[in-house]
Amino acid sequence: MAGRLPVPKLAPGAAAKLVSRRAEPDTQRALGFPGDLVDGWEDVAVAAMRNVVAERGALRLFLDSCMKCGACTDKCHYFIGTGDPKNMPVARQDLFRDVYRRYHTLSGRLVPWLVGAKRLTPEMLEDWYAYFHQCSQCRRCAVYCPVGIDTAEFAMAAREVMDRIGIGQHYTNEVTEKAIRLGNNLGLPGPALADTLAGLEEDILDDTGAAVRLPLDEPGVEVLLVTPSADFFAEPHVDGLIGYAKVFHQAGLRWTLSSHASEAANFALFTGNREHMSALARRIVEAARGLGASRIVIGECGHAWRVAHNHLEALAGPLDFLARGRVEHVVEVTDELIRAGALVLDPAANDHRRVTYHDSCNIARASRLGDIPGGQFIVPRRVLRAVCNHYVEMARGTTREATFCCGAGGGLLADDLMELRTKGAAPRMEAFRAADVTHLAAMCAICKSQLARVFPDYGFDREQVVSVHPLVGDAVRLRAAP
Amino acid sequence: MAIVVDTVALETDPEGYLIHIGDWSPDVAEAMAEADGCELTDAHWQVIDFLREYYSEYGFAPAVRILTRAIARRLGPDKGNSRYLYRLFPDGPARQACRYAGLPKPTGCI
Repeated sequence: MAGRLPVPKLAPGAAAKLVSRRAEPDTQRALGFPGDLVDGWEDVAVAAMRNVVAERGALRLFLDSCMKCGACTDKCHYFIGTGDPKNMPVARQDLFRDVYRRYHTLSGRLVPWLVGAKRLTPEMLEDWYAYFHQCSQCRRCAVYCPVGIDTAEFAMAAREVMDRIGIGQHYTNEVTEKAIRLGNNLGLPGPALADTLAGLEEDILDDTGAAVRLPLDEPGVEVLLVTPSADFFAEPHVDGLIGYAKVFHQAGLRWTLSSHASEAANFALFTGNREHMSALARRIVEAARGLGASRIVIGECGHAWRVAHNHLEALAGPLDFLARGRVEHVVEVTDELIRAGALVLDPAANDHRRVTYHDSCNIARASRLGDIPGGQFIVPRRVLRAVCNHYVEMARGTTREATFCCGAGGGLLADDLMELRTKGAAPRMEAFRAADVTHLAAMCAICKSQLARVFPDYGFDREQVVSVHPLVGDAVRLRAAP
Repeated sequence: MAIVVDTVALETDPEGYLIHIGDWSPDVAEAMAEADGCELTDAHWQVIDFLREYYSEYGFAPAVRILTRAIARRLGPDKGNSRYLYRLFPDGPARQACRYAGLPKPTGCI
């Protein structure tokens, strides 16, 4: 299958019932939105549409630039997985475009039947809620669009409009609210974080005999590491955190985690709400300034890196206090150390593994790593090849800029969307199967949770999903003390 | 949403997690497990008890690695791993075991 995927048989309405759970009124209100569907919601939505389109220049362009060529139609993993024609990217965009045209263009107001303009009826709103929460904002369709239209921009804007009339998604909004209030997506309190890190230090000592530290809130260090909170809590994520610690230990870098910025993820990206994105981003800069760190390093998380790399300065103020003037990704740090010969590696330590790499959407299609074009594809592979003797690529057309989403990005890692997630994972699962490897490495907390969850449904073992850094950590020859 | 335990209806969220942690009793865990077609053994209770102990100290469920280490100490290293925990709680220790223990569902990228 791999690069040439079969086009599914059309199944109109097949995904209409896969509707994500709605946010609780208290959550909505805490985020500054109405608690429930407001009176006169059509008018409120029309005004909100005007605002979100005015704020988003790319979206404004995308509203007008689709020529209905069809290149995107079979590129979405949810279309491939469900066959529902409303999951064709162009159809998803048109849910927004047709409504926008009805209220905000002259022809749409005067002769809507001639230009396919549609009112935002309750039925249309249902479609909006269902299908804009069946887009993982992965941008694969945009790669194949001859004019680069990005459906993710439509999904973000539509979700923001729905938030403003009182309809939010439970998963994204509960997490966003919690992270703004408590500092991380889990709601993990500082003492529990400290206890968790102390436990991991013991584990590493038991496993390796080396006193590798996981410092918390230590001022005056060089590096502040900000990582997705899943790295503290979940498997396989935690082994990634242990891997970063081993690299820093071995390189003699002085570093710390922060209880104030105990989350790299920024779920507000999934609606594009600027105020909430800023609130989350500010924690990172405040922590770095407070601790006197001169480098901010982001752990393995796809959209966190997109926000940090592309938007941190705009969201949270100047980054001129950073030694390099920008945030860094942990895989860039490791790559640099390996190339400088600062890590002694024994790749034979991974000889029991045959490893492939899953490009996470937000790294592959929305950011950059290193200082070379395409570095986001090159740097992680360079690291993997340095630490693994058996590295295998998945088929062309399923990797790099053409990578397939894990099936749960963009706020869709919700238990209430399990059927959609399983179906949307199909293209990645088939590419993984065809690669005939033992392990899939990914640099995104969402990818890892999703893939570990759906692997058993496709006949694989959840333990075949790993972060990149456990592979590094296993290959690093640790010395006893820093 | 609610779960009925000894004729008393206890409020839950749509995914079956108790809204009020103070409503919990061992009978709640038994009722939830029965509804899932799962019989709670001593092995399940060792996990549930640890989750509740940890939560009462930290106000938060333990990370999976803390849980596996605690189980390893109590029951031996062959059981101190997530494979063992998934055998007991097929929907995952963070989801299913927390629900039986009356704790809120952990959120985020997990």
